[in-house]
Amino acid sequence: MAVQQMKKIHLCAWKSSRGNILEMLQRRGIVQIASLKEDGYFERVDADALRSRYEKKASDTEKVLEFLNSRVPEKKSLFASLEGKKEISGEEYRRAAAREPELLSRVEALLEAEQELEQIRVEKLRLSAEGESLWPWMNLDIPLAGDGTRTTAVLIGTLPGQRTRDEVISLLKAEDPALDCFEAEVLGSASGQTCLCILCFRKEKEALEGALRKLGFAKPAVTSALAPAAYAEELEKEKKKLEEREEKIGKRLEELAGQREQLRFLSDYYTMQAGRYREMSRLLQSAHVFFLSGYVPADQAGKLKADLEDAFPCGVELEDPGAEEEVPVLLKNNGFAKPTESVVESYGLPGRGEIDPTAVMAFFYYFFFGMMLSDAGYGIVMTVGCLLARKKFPHMEEGLRRMLTMFLYCGISTTIWGILFGGYFGDVIPIAAETFFHREVTVPALWFAPLDDPMRLLLFSLLFGLLHLFAGLAVKAYLLLRERKYMDCVCEVGFWYMLLTGLILMLLPSKIFASMAGISLEFPAWLNLLAQILAAAGAAGIVLMAGRKRKNFGIRLALGAYELYGVTSWLSDLLSYSRLLALGIATGVIASVINTMAAMAGGGIPGAVVFTVVFLAGHTLNLAINLLGAYVHTNRLQYVEFFGKFYEGNGKPFRPFSAKSNKYFDVKEEN
Amino acid sequence: MEQMGIVFALLGVACATLFSGIGSALGVGMGGRAAAGVLSEKPELFGKILILQLLPGTQGIYGMLVAFVTLSQIGILGGGARQLTLEEGLLYLVACLPIAVVGLISAIHQGKTSVAAIGMLAKRPDTFGKAMLLPAMVETYAILALLISLLAVFNL
Repeated sequence: MAVQQMKKIHLCAWKSSRGNILEMLQRRGIVQIASLKEDGYFERVDADALRSRYEKKASDTEKVLEFLNSRVPEKKSLFASLEGKKEISGEEYRRAAAREPELLSRVEALLEAEQELEQIRVEKLRLSAEGESLWPWMNLDIPLAGDGTRTTAVLIGTLPGQRTRDEVISLLKAEDPALDCFEAEVLGSASGQTCLCILCFRKEKEALEGALRKLGFAKPAVTSALAPAAYAEELEKEKKKLEEREEKIGKRLEELAGQREQLRFLSDYYTMQAGRYREMSRLLQSAHVFFLSGYVPADQAGKLKADLEDAFPCGVELEDPGAEEEVPVLLKNNGFAKPTESVVESYGLPGRGEIDPTAVMAFFYYFFFGMMLSDAGYGIVMTVGCLLARKKFPHMEEGLRRMLTMFLYCGISTTIWGILFGGYFGDVIPIAAETFFHREVTVPALWFAPLDDPMRLLLFSLLFGLLHLFAGLAVKAYLLLRERKYMDCVCEVGFWYMLLTGLILMLLPSKIFASMAGISLEFPAWLNLLAQILAAAGAAGIVLMAGRKRKNFGIRLALGAYELYGVTSWLSDLLSYSRLLALGIATGVIASVINTMAAMAGGGIPGAVVFTVVFLAGHTLNLAINLLGAYVHTNRLQYVEFFGKFYEGNGKPFRPFSAKSNKYFDVKEEN
Repeated sequence: MEQMGIVFALLGVACATLFSGIGSALGVGMGGRAAAGVLSEKPELFGKILILQLLPGTQGIYGMLVAFVTLSQIGILGGGARQLTLEEGLLYLVACLPIAVVGLISAIHQGKTSVAAIGMLAKRPDTFGKAMLLPAMVETYAILALLISLLAVFNL
């Protein structure tokens, strides 16, 4: 219902038990360790090197897990992200931790395997590239690197363009008429090149080469001491060998994939170690002892102290934090309000002198959310969905669980509003009855249908808004009273209540209200007078007292007038609640659009099929969009209109040293 | 000339759908481009970023809503169009204008704010609540326009 009381904890112990104490604190996860300043005697512990070593190990393990996953994919259900961390007992933890060196060697082996696979991949690429460039030379039955015999020379290479043998010969002769004793063979042509093998006398080689060079002759990209066909076979064999190696590694990986669970443990184990060393650098130490200081929730402090002193030779002291200290904030609420804590957290936690607004906000949150979505069908879908998810995944991550619980309550509220407004998937019941059974059915609203009387709902929206805003102002009054600032309470809250109540009472009997609401109110004369007096007194109070801290009377009045101008912001705050109506109508109208479209195919079996498909797709979409809308705008009403009246939210969150950054496992603490 | 009433009423329907739809398409498009960039670096933010991208999409729905209510009010949906005088038709057109104009402009600006919010989320993934609220502030004005258009069409 409020902010959790904190205690300061100071601990002093032998350095030899430092690791164990930190491990215990980490697994309890209830102490936020503060950074201490060095003095002449105590020094900071430098554990950065160790920390980064363990971080490296953790990231290596993660990399290996990822690699395993890419090679041997794991079957995962669609809702795997809801499952949360697996729980293991402290005993299991210790047994698994003892196997760390063995597991580490496995990680190293896997890293090697990954490298090897990468090498094989590159090698295979090279082989197939070579094999491909060999293709045009397959007709050659001498080695590509061949040079000829004692008296003859061989020139192997390509000429640009597609040429026949006769063309090549005549081109060469044209280039150098002296050439006449040579033999050219066209081996094939590929991608605009002609592959040639030319035989000549050794003494004419140079002249021939000169002529060829001028024509753009180029040596082949691959060379080998084997004939191309034999070489290709050789390449194929090498490739086979690589594939065999790859297969072997793959099989080993499949075997190792069974140990994924242990590797996951290892990753968490290293993450925890790294976390411990991170916290260690906040501690102070002398030659033999170390000193730790931090915050712990007051209700758990006594037990922690007893347990620590039981388990280790150490001295523990608890004290209340000083009044000026900035204590980290942990919210503490009952089951009804707890789920909306995350809404407050994402705005900002209560700072010094503020109260936790969650409890007051929770009711309005569910109330407004339900009003914006306001469809019993959608509400039931939400309620059932959240209940099922909560039941099916008991180890769900805490934040997610709270979120689901919040939507569960919002779903119940939505159902209630839906019944009040008579919306069940829009107007699906009358439309389905009309289309398939030709009967006229009306579903009566328990209160009234917004589409029949939007002005009435608008007025109620503004009324609820007014209550919300007045509640915010009341919280401010409470805060001021708690700090015994009675004068401030009268000036900043009392006068506003007077002014606003007076103004509203003046507005109610007016013509403009009558035309909006469709009812005219007649107030007795004394009430009208009272309204005027209230408004005038409130306004006067604000003008005179808002600048009460200024001595100069002129400035004081000017400040007061400016404060009175704040009436316009009240007006805009209030009108902002018209979104309750707009979003409520939007849900209903879009739902009935979907129903109308679904019924367009008419009755009968085909009509029913079309109806079902359109109904499912359409309402899923509508629910998604309006859920988002209701969520966003409920938050806005809380953040801007409600919190704006009294709340700043500049507290620092309580971040205990814990094993929360673990990805896979939650070590259960046995006590 | 007797048909001019229904023509203007339909012009109103068209305006409401057209302009708010265009605005939302532009807004969601901007958000999508920013989202794609962030997701290439941080795919784990997909769910949150999708919500931010979607925020400027509501104006199009509001426009469609007004259009639909107008269509059913003038009897085009549900068979048998009502005979509208020129004056009545123009009244429907005017009633549709708030959501058409505000929808167009607010969706574009909400899109720009969404882009900024997506950038903010990319740098600080823990600020989702705030990142979501900034574009939602812009939407307020689309909601007000929707409300006025709806009330006008209902009460004509």
